[in-house]
Amino acid sequence: MADLRSQFLGIASPNPFWLASAPPTDKAYNVNRAFEAGWGGAVWKTLGEDPPIVNVSGPRYSALHSNDRRVIGFNNIELITDRPLKTNLDELRQIKRDWPDRALIASVMLPMNEASWAQYLPMIEDTGIDGFELNFGCPHGMSERGMGAAVGQVPEYIQMATEWAKKAASVPVIVKLTPNVASSVPPAEAAQSGGADAVSLINTINSIMRVNYDTLTMYPTTDGMGTHGGYCGEAVKPIALNMVAEIARNAATRQLPISGIGGITDWRDAVDFLALGATNVQVCTAAMVYGFKIIDDLVDGLSNFLDDKNLSLDELVGKAVPSVTDWQYLNLNYIEKAVIDQDLCIQCGRCHVVCEDTSHQAITNWVDGERRFEVIDEECVGCNLCVSVCPVDSCISMQQLTSGNDPRTGEPVRAEKLNWTAHPNNPMRKPD
Amino acid sequence: MSGNPNIRPGRLGHDKIEENFADLHPPLPRAEALIEADRCYFCYDAPCTTACPTGIDIPQFIQKIRSDNIRGSAHTILRENIMGGMCARVCPTEILCEEACVRNTHEEKPVEIGLLQRYATDPILENDVQLFTRAPATGKKIAVVGGGPAGLSCAHRLALLGHDVVIFNKQEKSGGLNEYGIAAYKTVDDFAQREVEYILSIGGIECRNAATLDESLSLDALREEYDAVFLGVGLGYSNELGIAGESLTGVVNAIEYIAELRQAADKRELPVGRDVVVIGGGMTAIDVAVQSKRLGAEQVHVVYRRGPEQMSASVFEQALAQTSGVTIHHHASPERIVGDTHVTGVQFNIDGSDEGMHLDADVVFKAIGQRLNGAGLDALETEGGRFVVDEHQKTSMQDVWAGGDCVVGGEDLTVSAVQHGKLAAIDIDRQLKGAQ
Repeated sequence: MADLRSQFLGIASPNPFWLASAPPTDKAYNVNRAFEAGWGGAVWKTLGEDPPIVNVSGPRYSALHSNDRRVIGFNNIELITDRPLKTNLDELRQIKRDWPDRALIASVMLPMNEASWAQYLPMIEDTGIDGFELNFGCPHGMSERGMGAAVGQVPEYIQMATEWAKKAASVPVIVKLTPNVASSVPPAEAAQSGGADAVSLINTINSIMRVNYDTLTMYPTTDGMGTHGGYCGEAVKPIALNMVAEIARNAATRQLPISGIGGITDWRDAVDFLALGATNVQVCTAAMVYGFKIIDDLVDGLSNFLDDKNLSLDELVGKAVPSVTDWQYLNLNYIEKAVIDQDLCIQCGRCHVVCEDTSHQAITNWVDGERRFEVIDEECVGCNLCVSVCPVDSCISMQQLTSGNDPRTGEPVRAEKLNWTAHPNNPMRKPD
Repeated sequence: MSGNPNIRPGRLGHDKIEENFADLHPPLPRAEALIEADRCYFCYDAPCTTACPTGIDIPQFIQKIRSDNIRGSAHTILRENIMGGMCARVCPTEILCEEACVRNTHEEKPVEIGLLQRYATDPILENDVQLFTRAPATGKKIAVVGGGPAGLSCAHRLALLGHDVVIFNKQEKSGGLNEYGIAAYKTVDDFAQREVEYILSIGGIECRNAATLDESLSLDALREEYDAVFLGVGLGYSNELGIAGESLTGVVNAIEYIAELRQAADKRELPVGRDVVVIGGGMTAIDVAVQSKRLGAEQVHVVYRRGPEQMSASVFEQALAQTSGVTIHHHASPERIVGDTHVTGVQFNIDGSDEGMHLDADVVFKAIGQRLNGAGLDALETEGGRFVVDEHQKTSMQDVWAGGDCVVGGEDLTVSAVQHGKLAAIDIDRQLKGAQ
């Protein structure tokens, strides 16, 4: 059993899985249940100024479903906590007292004036929490009031508010970033400049789930009208991974700890985030879809994986970051071809039709009078589309061409690397 | 070996009969249909479609189930096979589309294509949703002889293409073997008639029932009066065993008993033997055996002269018989039927054995196939007792087409008959339009 004990900014937790600031962490009742189930930490549902905000008393959530109604993506329009600050503070204090070994972070969202931060943060810190997370990500409702994503989309505001928070807080400060930006790097740099101890990302993505096919209004609505919400769940993971990796490989933010968030459902998702530079991860949607019990698989799946790979948790963090680069640095002399394992092929023909209709006409459907799917090396550009659509695991693989000529171009396979920066077709190439 | 035959109605009570004759494959609820539809890989040039005699684009109709486009799904099915509803119930899918499903290779469990086809077509028939619009009237009129699957399919396609059609049908009701010859639990709730009504609802089709080809209605007269003739007359005669005792009372053609059963208002009123012997190895043999058992017969034996692999009843049908309590004997040929006036048993020869086998019987069903009743049709070329047709179902006469069981290559399958009727209609249309 690998050691999953985690230290994030010196905050200890028995494992690197925290519940993200969201409905599952709105009350002591929920957080108690989470800690009983084995979660390593919780970021409390975002606190704001009194009087508390008001939520809609109608649909707050909607989902993108598969045919058997598995939730692929999830949307919400819930705001920050709608309970009085004192109630939350009392419960935070109690939870920290009852669960001293778990990480307890207070998420906060305050107006853009320093006095508010100076007033509220010490009061909240007094409950015994281990750190703050500044919510600069919430994309709906609060952003209309100049908070949440409205701050997170302007690096200067991020830096300013982070500085205020750092002045007012003595515990670590994590800045939670919005994905509703062109790049996650400038906001992360701004947070760092403002003194943030870490960033966490992603918050949710602006989204409308669908329309109601009967009323032809957006779905869902509150009394006939709807508004965009924040998108999360499995579907957003690839977007989150890119934003995490961008920060992790950016020279200025390389050392900035990251708490990874976005669609983590099973332990493999956690491996993705950790390997691409996150030090720990936060989960919300999966818990809201399946309940807190999923922590079992997250914990022992990750532990078994680390054992199998003979890695420690620390060694896993950032392991894949060096493999992420810009397109211009990819080796254009490297060649792969698809290979179909005829013993595994079930003859569905999907590889053929997608290649034929949408790619390079590089897979047969008929050979010597028989239904048979074979790669035509003379046409295959190695695009991986067939691998992506094949319903059989490992039936189609990509294999590197290491010698001879590429049957497609007739050019010899070259061992030396050549990327776009030096490619003869690049009019902007750097001189030798 | 004498005594009164033990044949009587009412062997089972109402509830048991209802249970025994309930839908063999209950329809899929929506949740199950969506999950099953998700299993379809949407194959290219799909093997299931190739295996379907009517060439239904199966991945396409399943995709439309996935997207809740039921009307579109039903249209994809019915435009190739207007009896897609019946075929969903009676097709031996395990030797057609489902046998070809690539999921068999992947996990030895095909997509439940038959049940999905039923899921897509049932609501269309239940709600009488007309999916087809007839082409502008051509002024041509075609005679269809036979109101079974081949004739109805031909008539529907001709009507769709703008022609008018008169169906001359031997029985009181249209539907042919769907109405008279298939086990009741495969087509419950009067489905065969509901399907006929749906087919006719396209318009332009007149049904003249209780009309057979004879002196008053000759092929030549039809050819004279109509622009084309389609023959879907089926096989009118049951084959004889040609052994002693065949004329004893209690020796019955299976197809006739099934027709009686299908038309019975109350199945409890049907006479049922205690000991039943069925001679034959096809679908009809299985249908009569299983239904006898489900009507309350105590001992039901199916006896077939060759092995299980030669039986034209599918493996599924054979298993259904066995799980219903029917005993199947192979490699046994009837030597003679025993009895004074009424049958009391059957004596069989066993292949490769000197010892015979005797089975007691109150009723003996003959289910060894049918043959063509060619009365009034001698002018048409036949081969092995069936009409010779070309790839467009045209007979040796320029204005006569034929399809279904009555033609060479007829397969005793509803789905094949539907395809024959469809191909004939397309060819008739082509020929009539070409002549203009």
